[in-house]
Amino acid sequence: MKRSQRLRWQVAAIATVAALGVAACSSSSSSTTTSTTSSTAPLTASAPGITPTTITIGSHQPLTGPAAPGYSEIAPASNAYFQYVNANGGIYGRKIIYKYLNDAYDPTTTASVVRQLVLQDNVYAIFNGLGTPTHLAVVSFLNSEKVPDVFVASGCDCWDNPTTYPETFGFQLDYIREGKILGQYVAQNFKGKKIAYFYQDDEFGMDGVKGLNYEIPASQVVAQESYVTTNVNIAPQVAALRASGAQVVVAFSIPAFTALLKLYSLKLGFNPQLVVSDVGEDPITLSGLLEAFAKQSGATVNGNALINGIISDGYLPALSTSDPWYNLFVKIHNQYDAKEPLDGNFFYGMAAAYTFVEAMFKAGRNPTRADLVSAINGGLPQGPFVAPLAYSPTDHDGATGAYIGIIQNGVLVQKGPVEITDTTATGAVTPYTGSEQTPSANGIPSS
Amino acid sequence: MRTFPRRLAVAVIVAAIVVFLSIKLNSFRDYQIAEIAFEVTAIAGLTVLTGLSGQISLGNGAFMAVGGYATALLLLHLAWPFYAALVVAAAVTAAAGAVVGVAAARLRGPYLAGATLMLAVALPAIAYAWPATFGGDQGLSITFTTPAFLGVNFPPTRWLAWVASLVALIVLVLLANLSQSRIGRNWRAVRDDEVAAALDGINVAASRILAFVVSATCAGVAGALLAIVTTLVAPGAFTITVSIALVTAAVIGGLGSLAGALWGSLVIVLVPTYVTDVATNHGLSSSVGANIPIAAYGAVLILVMLVFPEGIQGGLRRLLSLFTGPTGPDQKSRTWRVAPPAHVTPSTDEAPAGQHEKEGTS
Repeated sequence: MKRSQRLRWQVAAIATVAALGVAACSSSSSSTTTSTTSSTAPLTASAPGITPTTITIGSHQPLTGPAAPGYSEIAPASNAYFQYVNANGGIYGRKIIYKYLNDAYDPTTTASVVRQLVLQDNVYAIFNGLGTPTHLAVVSFLNSEKVPDVFVASGCDCWDNPTTYPETFGFQLDYIREGKILGQYVAQNFKGKKIAYFYQDDEFGMDGVKGLNYEIPASQVVAQESYVTTNVNIAPQVAALRASGAQVVVAFSIPAFTALLKLYSLKLGFNPQLVVSDVGEDPITLSGLLEAFAKQSGATVNGNALINGIISDGYLPALSTSDPWYNLFVKIHNQYDAKEPLDGNFFYGMAAAYTFVEAMFKAGRNPTRADLVSAINGGLPQGPFVAPLAYSPTDHDGATGAYIGIIQNGVLVQKGPVEITDTTATGAVTPYTGSEQTPSANGIPSS
Repeated sequence: MRTFPRRLAVAVIVAAIVVFLSIKLNSFRDYQIAEIAFEVTAIAGLTVLTGLSGQISLGNGAFMAVGGYATALLLLHLAWPFYAALVVAAAVTAAAGAVVGVAAARLRGPYLAGATLMLAVALPAIAYAWPATFGGDQGLSITFTTPAFLGVNFPPTRWLAWVASLVALIVLVLLANLSQSRIGRNWRAVRDDEVAAALDGINVAASRILAFVVSATCAGVAGALLAIVTTLVAPGAFTITVSIALVTAAVIGGLGSLAGALWGSLVIVLVPTYVTDVATNHGLSSSVGANIPIAAYGAVLILVMLVFPEGIQGGLRRLLSLFTGPTGPDQKSRTWRVAPPAHVTPSTDEAPAGQHEKEGTS
């Protein structure tokens, strides 16, 4: 009797502690905007998620959990752009309702929330679902349900598979192309130096490494260390990088792990030239994380000073008031999303929303789900990107090129021209001769 | 006393309710029924382990991973039918449970919790060590098709709900039988007083190991169901959070009670979705709304512990007894209540509590 009482207490105590630990497995949020405007021709409920007055789309986003820092700003930024479009006539008069649910970057939760969006909420399309491991959990489901799966927020080359996944479209520069562009720069500018890789142990990191290996001579690569997002203790990896004597470390890591790499290196007195993939280097997110992590362990650091000199790349224009897209998006941001920081994540979310609106206008007045897919297959204008988008019936990649940049005083400053390339081992990395586009006067792509 | 046919009848009624609900509700609710089915299977195994045999396991999420990966590998590489893969997955997990159980039989209380916690942390990491076999962080994607005779328009999630619920019900009926059998009585005897049980001729160590094997097998079956329901087995699906959520659900539902396992699974599957919908409808910002389900989860746990220390099932029984008056011991040990509450536990424990600490099992 005593024993079983004691047991109850123990179990109850453990379970109570558990309630605190469950923070990683949270749930969700969404946001909605509705209103109506009149139109000249009849608008019909032409597809699931489309009514005469609204278009409902869904997404899975990491609003809590390891990938939330930085990335949780993307969906609110997209939503701000949609609200702006809604307030300025909508898409053929329809308002966009953007419902994004939290998956905490956990694939099982992704599987559940995406089914909720598709099976219960009847969304027209899944837009900008974030993350490689998470989105892989739902890509076959979405294709078997014939739900457009557009502009996946991940540079995995796996989204470019029109035969198996005709509904799925990539968006940002894929990691193989990015690896090649960064790799070419490293090979040309750090001749004879010892180079090491630090990468996330999944398609994201491995695609990046594949691209790097196409350009960097194998003889120069002295170490390859990987990490998993579920383990924040990367001290062993950083120690191995240091022991290899690497002078340049190329990182395909998410922002939290780029920050950890920097901090552990600092602790060990290891100070290589860092070259970081675009997804892991947003300067504002990164310096904020560095200061927050250092504070947790009782130290004070200057985030901006620490990230100075990091080499990266950009497939969207550098954040600068001389860029018309930046000015447009800042204007919308200040009106609808003023609480979030003006960083690369905000710009990314806006750019994704802009591209979606572009595709919806192209899909026609009363689009079916197939109409959206064929509209994108027909190709989309470059929009806010620095290089053309690859979309065609046989290519579902998005951005095809980027420029090299160096972080100076908290911003990525462009160095050198925009380079474009393909995903093959032999395809050259060549300068792009075309120019950037400018947004229309009201900032909404026209039909 | 309830007999096997009577339990079977209860199971058939529950199955009929599931079929009815799955047809009435939308496809996403069907998916949630399937989720509840695999959760209840895992929680039932745990509640039997903790409530009946008195051992704590924080590692059942790891056993789910064993079952899930075994199923996925058999489906992917050998193209086995799911039902065959399920049986083998259960057997593999039982073997894993036996290995851990041998070690666990020597450990008590927090030490056992610590050892199983290690299992929960370490085992899913194996997937990263051999990415070629286990797919690393991405895990293994599988497909589970609806049989052709149901026609092309039959909702796949309804079929999933049926399969998962059928398997869960079979597991529950078997567990109910087991807990009322000689083996279940041995578990309770060992839980209440190991010395007295040993004096009665019960092999204490074997009894504890068997309980661990049964619990692990249930987790393995749950993992196999999770694999076909989510069509993915990945390390992210079997984190320490999952293991702890299973314990939490068993406690919320009512430790040792199979009906409690059902309440617990309903809470962990439905509360987050419900709270999210409420937060959404009140137009909360994403940074606030995203964290509300976590807060609600904690609030439910604290509330249940304060109001119903014996879990939801214990609370329901107490409410019921307000109407029916005090009940005798016979009613306390009904089928769905496999562990009597502490105050009616048949006990031979006359010794001061401190003496237990010195007694071993081997």
